[in-house]
Amino acid sequence: MGALVMSKAITIDGKSVSFIDGQTIMDAALAAGVYIPHLCHNPEFEPHGNCKLCIVSVNGRNMTACTMPAAEDMVVASDTPELDSDRQALVQMLFVEGNHICPACEASGNCQLQAAAYYLKMLSPHFMHFYPPREVDASHPDIFLDLNRCILCELCVRASREVDGKNVFGISGRGIGTHLVVNAASGRLGDTNFAVTDKAAQVCPTGAILIKRQGYKIPIGQRTFDHKKISEVQMEPAKRTEPEHE
Amino acid sequence: MEPHEFPHIEQQLAPVFERHGCEANQLLKILREVQEIFHFIPPAAITCVASHLGVPRTQVEGVAGFYFFLSLKSVGEYRLLFSNNVTDQMQGNPELMQYFCHKLWLESGKVSEDNLLSVDSTSCTGMCDQGPAALINGWPLTNLDRDRLDMIAALIHDKKPVCDWPSMLFEVKDNIRRAGTLLGEPFEPGAAIRATLDRGSAATLMEMEASGLRGRGGAGFSVARKWSLCRASPGDHHYIVCNADEGEPGTFKDRVLLNSYADLVCEGMTVGARIIGATQGFLYLRGEYRYLLKKLEEVLARRRVAGLLGKNILGETGFDFDIEIHLGAGSYICGEESALIESLEGKRGRPRNRPPFPVTHGYLDQPTVVDNVETLACAARIAIQGGEWFAAIGTTQSTGSKILSIAGDCARPGIYEYPFGIALHEILDDCGAEDPYAVQVSGPSGILVPSKEFGRRISFEDLPTAGAFTVFKRGRDILQIVQNFARFFAHESCGFCTPCRVGTQLQKKIVDKITHGHGTVYDLEELKHVGHIMQSMSHCGLGHTAANPVLDMLEKFPDAYEHKLKNFAFEPVFDLDGALETARKITGRDDAWAHLS
Repeated sequence: MGALVMSKAITIDGKSVSFIDGQTIMDAALAAGVYIPHLCHNPEFEPHGNCKLCIVSVNGRNMTACTMPAAEDMVVASDTPELDSDRQALVQMLFVEGNHICPACEASGNCQLQAAAYYLKMLSPHFMHFYPPREVDASHPDIFLDLNRCILCELCVRASREVDGKNVFGISGRGIGTHLVVNAASGRLGDTNFAVTDKAAQVCPTGAILIKRQGYKIPIGQRTFDHKKISEVQMEPAKRTEPEHE
Repeated sequence: MEPHEFPHIEQQLAPVFERHGCEANQLLKILREVQEIFHFIPPAAITCVASHLGVPRTQVEGVAGFYFFLSLKSVGEYRLLFSNNVTDQMQGNPELMQYFCHKLWLESGKVSEDNLLSVDSTSCTGMCDQGPAALINGWPLTNLDRDRLDMIAALIHDKKPVCDWPSMLFEVKDNIRRAGTLLGEPFEPGAAIRATLDRGSAATLMEMEASGLRGRGGAGFSVARKWSLCRASPGDHHYIVCNADEGEPGTFKDRVLLNSYADLVCEGMTVGARIIGATQGFLYLRGEYRYLLKKLEEVLARRRVAGLLGKNILGETGFDFDIEIHLGAGSYICGEESALIESLEGKRGRPRNRPPFPVTHGYLDQPTVVDNVETLACAARIAIQGGEWFAAIGTTQSTGSKILSIAGDCARPGIYEYPFGIALHEILDDCGAEDPYAVQVSGPSGILVPSKEFGRRISFEDLPTAGAFTVFKRGRDILQIVQNFARFFAHESCGFCTPCRVGTQLQKKIVDKITHGHGTVYDLEELKHVGHIMQSMSHCGLGHTAANPVLDMLEKFPDAYEHKLKNFAFEPVFDLDGALETARKITGRDDAWAHLS
């Protein structure tokens, strides 16, 4: 019964991290400068929770940090060899289910999937490749949509819905057949009202949404993740790099 | 094929829109009808439905692409789907399907050139006690054999509407072999509601508490606790949902409960509604059971006339409650309660992030209780006979009885009700199992039990089960069974989270590799690795349990796979001979010289 209003706190890897009601474990961690690996999460949008990289152990149970509300007395383990090994397997799974050919990809160096692989010390895709036949859509005057590189994070879906108010993107199919669709009867991006200035054009963590006529503007070797770890970049969301315009 | 043109689509869909209104949560219902009209969901219909409901086109396409009974490409006027549950497989469904395809010059998964029919396989249709089974345009066919398929081929050839086909093809029996307190005792409709009104809601909730009733869908959550949480949650409306999406392969008890005990189930829902304060209930009926829809609607209508549903139930002023039936459309994941709620809202059946839980934020974000069919039937009995009566049956931690759906290698497949605590060997004796070697308890997501463990007991503390009980005799190929299960999970993963979407595929591919004789010790380790990732990182129960049959086999049935393994540590997954398959198909050759080994 003290007069002091104590701020609430959780513990992440032994460090006390304060939070306010409504914050997720991820929110609290990012605010406190504690890095939890993630791909589908971006603090600018509603949490989604499907890549599962941010799974942490909360009082012994695995939970998704970006969607789990922080609650007092949570003892969270994140930076453990076990979790990092499982996260590495998830990144490997993302690699083999799509067609990710880093050396030939325009997004190389700016790609968060690649950067997450570096961060988690992934040396090979390990699992068998699926080599799925996927489409490349060049119908839009300013943007390529290359589904070979889509990791289904739904950041473009969320950005288009929440920020652009357009719903250009959606998800159809199920299971391994789950895929990105665009808001046009023809199925072509060029027949939607997608614009290069849309938020959704800026948020792809890989090279699935590529802006035309920007290719190799910044040489490989001078790109974001050529110099910084994904942890550093994702910890400073204000300074998000991705492609500039004009 | 030429793109389909639908110049009059708006007129064609007008009556559908008329029936369902323009709320976005009617989307799935509307799409089911679109599918029936066009035999697929054409792009023009997607645009039309989207503008009618005022939702993005992507949302409509998303739902249309999610459910197996909806399709974005034409499946023909007749769609014959063979049930590929392991019991149907043992009863010869793969051969029957091949026979049918061969007879009609069809390739499974593809529509015939005249757009008349297509043949494919589908997850368990819930007719394991009377298979081999299939669905024709959604209606169940049982006891299939070549003669029946010949008849079906002729009916399709004559373009006879399915509703005019001989009824013997569609006969579904209850096969109740052993009835206990739930199935065996008489029930007078209205008795449970009357008892609840006499005793009062709070006191009836206490009876539920005293009964120790736990959910029969598998997870075993306390019903009293779920109902109290929902009752205490603030909201504009409260909802109660009966989960009749009985999708676990090998389970068919809910089919029988809904066919012959629908009053008991509705009554359980009504008692629950009274306690949590719901005025609206939903019965989410799996698409495979649409043949029960008419009968269930009749039960509801009869109950409304009898004053057991509707306004002022049994004369109690202000006690208003009604039930609406929602049909699923071919998706196992919709048995997961939050995916089921999404589906009720007309969306893709994707399990929600939790918390919040449905008891506080369920259907339309309102407090919602989702209970299994059998659970609700139990609740109705408890309302009448009291918690103490119920708690005296079964074991301390698992009170009451459990209905098992028994199929596979046994003389008398069907429905068996036992008090909890019954040992497997007793059940096996009762159903006439011939030289039983293993039992799959609770379906692919459950436990594969070897014969040396037949002393184990059906209960939450030992062998929890949602009801499936599939018997395998000595000599059955466990690897083939596990392959069937691995394929099932790969087919039914919703695709939302990475570990399950990719993991179920990897698991399937590795099991296939071992089955084809290309597996090595390395692949066994790989299966454990993938299994671990799915168990620890998945979003919901599907991913958490998808590795169960594989891991059970690795641990308990080494004989099933060891002889299949290559002697060296590693073999690449690329199968050189398999890669020639396309060439063989094109040239129509399958002789020895067309193979590498």
